[in-house]
Amino acid sequence: MTSIDQRRDERAEVPAGTRRNLRLGDTLFRGGTRLIASGLIVLLVLLVAVLAVDGFRPFQQYGLHFLTGRNWNPVRGRESFGALPFIYGTVVTSAIGIALAIPVSVGLALLLNEVARGWFSNVLAVLVDLLAAIPSVVYGLWGVFVLQPVMDRTIEPFLAATLGKVPVLGALFAPNVSGGTQGGDLFTAGVILGIMILPIVTAVAREVVMTVPRDLREAALALGSTRYEMIRMAVLPYSRSGIVGASMLGLGRALGETIAVAMVVGNGLGIHVSLFNSGSTIPSVIANEFREASSAGLHKASLLALALVLIVIALIFAALSRLLIRRSAALVSAEPAPEALETIAFRGGEGGLP
Amino acid sequence: MIAAEHGSVVSHALSPSRRIKDRAFTVAVWTCGLIALVPLVLITSYVIVKGGTALNLDLFTREPNPPGLPGGGIVQSFIGTGIIVGMAVLFSVPLGLLTGVYLSEYGRGRFAGLVRFVAEILLSTPSIVAGAFIWAVVVVAMGTFSGFAAALALTVLMWPILTRATEEILKLVPDDLREAGLALGLPRWRVILRVVIPTAGAGIFTAIMLAVARGLGETAPILLTALGNEFINTNPMTPMDAVPLRIYFYAGSPVVQFHAIAWGAAITLLAAVLALSITARILSHRQVKRTR
Repeated sequence: MTSIDQRRDERAEVPAGTRRNLRLGDTLFRGGTRLIASGLIVLLVLLVAVLAVDGFRPFQQYGLHFLTGRNWNPVRGRESFGALPFIYGTVVTSAIGIALAIPVSVGLALLLNEVARGWFSNVLAVLVDLLAAIPSVVYGLWGVFVLQPVMDRTIEPFLAATLGKVPVLGALFAPNVSGGTQGGDLFTAGVILGIMILPIVTAVAREVVMTVPRDLREAALALGSTRYEMIRMAVLPYSRSGIVGASMLGLGRALGETIAVAMVVGNGLGIHVSLFNSGSTIPSVIANEFREASSAGLHKASLLALALVLIVIALIFAALSRLLIRRSAALVSAEPAPEALETIAFRGGEGGLP
Repeated sequence: MIAAEHGSVVSHALSPSRRIKDRAFTVAVWTCGLIALVPLVLITSYVIVKGGTALNLDLFTREPNPPGLPGGGIVQSFIGTGIIVGMAVLFSVPLGLLTGVYLSEYGRGRFAGLVRFVAEILLSTPSIVAGAFIWAVVVVAMGTFSGFAAALALTVLMWPILTRATEEILKLVPDDLREAGLALGLPRWRVILRVVIPTAGAGIFTAIMLAVARGLGETAPILLTALGNEFINTNPMTPMDAVPLRIYFYAGSPVVQFHAIAWGAAITLLAAVLALSITARILSHRQVKRTR
């Protein structure tokens, strides 16, 4: 074996072509990992393409009425597929979830990053993260047997008696079509979604708040501002687009959440103003009907078309949120934070390697 | 730190309204912290109470009894989950690991940027869509629902998770180590396999644990691909059961005896998932400390 020095000299002086056996392994390894990495792109393309092909027929038959029709009836002979009730249910439950999760998440991110310190902050952060680890079906089980009865008997009657009396807005909290607040409904599903997306929105909000440069905070404090004023003047303005991005990421997750929602949403087919009515979401109707749907008729194709709608929306939200979060980071990158500098140095060092 | 010192030093000079606003803000964010903890405490405590009383050996060793005949278990679900998640790990770990290696070690070009972006947005794939996709591709082609198809559906979800995690972890490996390896004349691929990956070993292991935790709890993709059944089946090319699937079926069942079994399965599932997540967190905390 040649000595290390000798070999290094060889590498420096001999043109690349003659070090074929050294290079070959590298080329193969690089090419192999690159091939597998490109598989991820293929997967994304296939996901959309397969669902587009298999879910094409309902669009062919109904055109855009597939998305705006209100009548969903898989019974043979009376088949009709209009997905509006599910789109409505998805939008409403996700909106409730996000409306509940955002304020808590932003407050929590500020608490963890700016107010609480040391081990307590760490423990709290881990506990919030653990919420994300709880399986969807466990949320659903708890939702059906614990949350839903409490909602039916206590919280929803209370909301109906208070918010329900407010003009216009009150219609959302009016008693449901059977005159009460019993049964699975959109509101309960929205509350479950709010809990489920809390960890991801909090994690991204923390990431965003963390990118605000220290100088800005120190400048605000040096001007004599209180902690609240520092956060309002220095932290929040810089985090705004990132927090919007975090909300969109949460919204994307909420739209696609299946099992927990399917268990508490009541699986109704109507569109009603009051949130205390049962409903369905796009994922919940796929979960409920997929196994029974016959492939012969339009039923299965319609469910696959719904899956297509769902993934397209989810991907758009995910892409937009990533871009917004990046923009939020880029806003402050004119004056790189220490972490950013480290990254640049690291990248530069790596770039210098063969 | 600065904020705290500041608050205590200058607070005397603050006008009352500014001080009150600052206090109100502090109270508000602490309230958010409390609100976030409520569901965690409620859910885990209910699962422990209801599930604890439902736990017994039969749950893990017997097949389901017919409705009306008390007792019975869901052994087929545990076997199914083991086989499905095991296969999913087998498929997704090499894919995710090597994609992560590519992004971390070679990933500076536009193509790598695209892969990174795709991995990020694939993290948001609704799990039911992964199920519908695999149904359309695999179940239709095989002509039957199967544990194998379920494992592929989980792979769709776990691949991007493992990719992102591996990349992050490999980035923590100091460049000095890579340079040392290269200076010894090792080709780059051997530096990666013999130096970089072993150094990040514990971190990669925690990433796998987190991905397994995710796979264990998924219901929707398995519902559309494995179908479920009520007897022991170890052939992955035929319909299989899984623990989350069984919980979903039993929670919606009108038969009360099945509700107890659902809670018993839920506490088992939750314990496994939380144990994996917590252990992974502790390990990765140590790993980060060591590499710093």
